[in-house]
Amino acid sequence: MNIASLLSRKGVKVVTIGPHDTIREALRRLAEHNIGALVVVDGQGGLAGIVSERDIVRALVRSEAILGEAIGAIMTRDVIVGTSQDDLVAVGTTMTEHRIRHLPIVEGGRLLGIISLGDVVKAQRDQYQGEVDTLQFQILNEEDVKAPRAS
Amino acid sequence: MVEVSIPGTPERRPGTPERPLRVAIVGAGPTGFYAADHLLRQEGAVVEVDLFDRLPTPFGLVRLGVSPDHQKIKSVTAAFDKVAANPRFRFFGHVELGKDVELEDLRHHYHQILYCTGAQTDRRMGIPGEDLRGSHPATEFVAWYNGHPDFRDCQFDLTQERVAVVGVGNVAVDVARILCRTPEELATTDIADYALEALRASRVKEVYLLGRRGPAQAAFTNPEIKELGELADADITARPEEVELDELTRASLERTPDRATLKKVEILRGYAEPKPRTKSKLLTVRFLVSPTELVGDETGGVVAMRLVRNRLEATPMGTLQPKPTGETEDLPVGLVFRSVGYRGVPLRGVPFHENFGVILNERGRVIDPDTKQPVAGEYAAGWIKRGPSGVIGTNKPDAAETVACMMEDRAAGRVLRPEAPEPEAVDALLRQRQPLCFSYGDWRRLDQLEIAAGQRTGRPRVKFTSVEDMTAALGHRAE
Repeated sequence: MNIASLLSRKGVKVVTIGPHDTIREALRRLAEHNIGALVVVDGQGGLAGIVSERDIVRALVRSEAILGEAIGAIMTRDVIVGTSQDDLVAVGTTMTEHRIRHLPIVEGGRLLGIISLGDVVKAQRDQYQGEVDTLQFQILNEEDVKAPRAS
Repeated sequence: MVEVSIPGTPERRPGTPERPLRVAIVGAGPTGFYAADHLLRQEGAVVEVDLFDRLPTPFGLVRLGVSPDHQKIKSVTAAFDKVAANPRFRFFGHVELGKDVELEDLRHHYHQILYCTGAQTDRRMGIPGEDLRGSHPATEFVAWYNGHPDFRDCQFDLTQERVAVVGVGNVAVDVARILCRTPEELATTDIADYALEALRASRVKEVYLLGRRGPAQAAFTNPEIKELGELADADITARPEEVELDELTRASLERTPDRATLKKVEILRGYAEPKPRTKSKLLTVRFLVSPTELVGDETGGVVAMRLVRNRLEATPMGTLQPKPTGETEDLPVGLVFRSVGYRGVPLRGVPFHENFGVILNERGRVIDPDTKQPVAGEYAAGWIKRGPSGVIGTNKPDAAETVACMMEDRAAGRVLRPEAPEPEAVDALLRQRQPLCFSYGDWRRLDQLEIAAGQRTGRPRVKFTSVEDMTAALGHRAE
C-alpha cells in the first residue's frame, strides 16, 4: 500500500498558516480543526515550514509572552516531506524512528496533503484486519469448498 | 439542487420502521455487500438497501477477477448470500448508472447513495509501442478467461511462444500462472469454456514476469509465489544476480525484520538455484527491469520488449524506488500483458480525483472539490474510495468506516429528501428503464444451473458468459 491510498480518503483539506501569522492564531486553528500541526505556506503557496503543538508548548514554557509573535520564529523550516508513491511501511518506520508526527505530502512542489502517524497506524491496522478476516473466512470455509453443494 | 433536511427535527430523520432509511449502493462487488451488511445490522436505525450492478450477476471481482484456480477465495460469497437473505435487501442486476438510471433518479428515490464501483481500468505503461497488436491490459485477459460478458469476444494470440507479463502484483501472478497451467489443470476450474478451448490450443512456452524493483519489494504474497513453483508442467526460474538483495534493502530489513519478506526472498533464491528442466513450459521471474519500449514488426505486431535495468534508490522517507541504470536488453516476446496498477472510472456528476483515480472523499463522504465540503447524501467505499489495495477483506473495515459516516449524517439529519422513497417506485422506474433487470432470486437460479452444469463435468460451475444466455436460461422476460 502506498501513501496515495491513504490520502485518497483523507479529503483535500490541509489546514495552513502564514509565517507572519501569530502563534495565538495558530493555536486557534489547531483547536478549531482539532489537529496537532499546521503547514506553514508562504505568499506563493509554497511550503515554508511546519509548526506543531509541541513547538508551541516548548515556546510557551520559555516565555508566556510569545503568543503575539510570528509563527516564523518557532516553525521547523527543514521539513521532511513524503510523496504519494512512498510505501506505507517505509513511511511508518521512518516516522516512528525520527519521531515525526505529521508528514506533508508534496509532489512537483505542490502540497497534496498531510498525514499523521495516527493515519499510518490506522491504515496498517485496517490492512492487517482485512487480511486476518479473509484468511479466517477461508480456513473456516475450507470444508464447504471441498464438498461443493448442489443447491 | 440537493435538499437537506433541517437538523434538530428528529421526526424528519429516516431510519424508523415506518420510514426506513433508503440506501442505493452502486456496485455489487465485495465492498457493496460488506457495506450492505453493515447498514442492515445497524441497531439504531432501520435501513433498506437496494444494491445495483451493471452486470446481471453479483460479486464483482470475486466472480470475474479472482482466478478460476483459486476457488477457495471465492467461498467468501457464502457470507454475501446471508446478507442477501435479509428482507430489507434487494439486488438489481444489469442496471447501469449513467445508462439505465441517472444520478438524478437515485436522488429521487433514496436518502443516501453509496458508490462501490471499484477500480475498473488499468494504468498504462506510457511507453512507445504500448498499443501494438499483441499488447493488452492484464485485466482484459483476466475478465476474458473469467467469462465477463463485456470481454468474452476479446482475442489473444496464444500461438505466440513467448509472453511477458509486466508487474509482480497478484493480477500479474494470476495471468502468468493461468498461461502456464495445463489444460487438465484448468479443466477442473470454472474458467470460461471458450477460454479453456483457446488455452488448450495455446503454444505458449516461455512466460516472463517482470518486476521493476527487487524481490523484497514485490507485491505478490508468499503463497502466490510458492504456488508458481508447484505447477504441473511449468518450471520456474530466476536470475541469481536479480534475487540477491542490494545494500539498501538489506539495511532496511535489518532495521525492521519482516518474516514474510525474508521468506519471500528465500523462496525466490531457491528458484534461482540451477536445476535441470523437467517440464515443457518455463516461467522466469525477473527483477529490477522496466520496459521502455515495445518493438513491432512491419505488420504492427509486438516482437520484442526493450528493458532497462534498474537499481534501487531510497526516497527521504525510506521507500526504495527504481532508477534506470541505462543498461538495456531486448526480450523477444510476441504477447505482452501489462499489470502496472489500476484506477477508478469517473461517474458522471460525481467529483473525481484524477491524480489518485478515486472519487474525492473524506472517510467515505464524497467531497465537493470547490467547497471542499461533503456532498449531501453521497458516499464511496472500497477501491473507488482508497484505490486498489489490500485483499478482499480489507474492504470490510473500509466499508464500515463509510457506513459510520452515513449513520452520523443520518442522525444529524444530513440526508437527501427523496420525493419517492417507496421501494415500489424503484420497481416502476426499472420496469420502464431496464426490463431485463435481474433479482437476487434470478441470480440464485443461475447459480444453481451453473453449479449443476459443473457437477456433470467435474467442475465447480460452468459459467454463463452472456446476458442472452442468462435470460434464456431463466426462460422469461426476453423482451
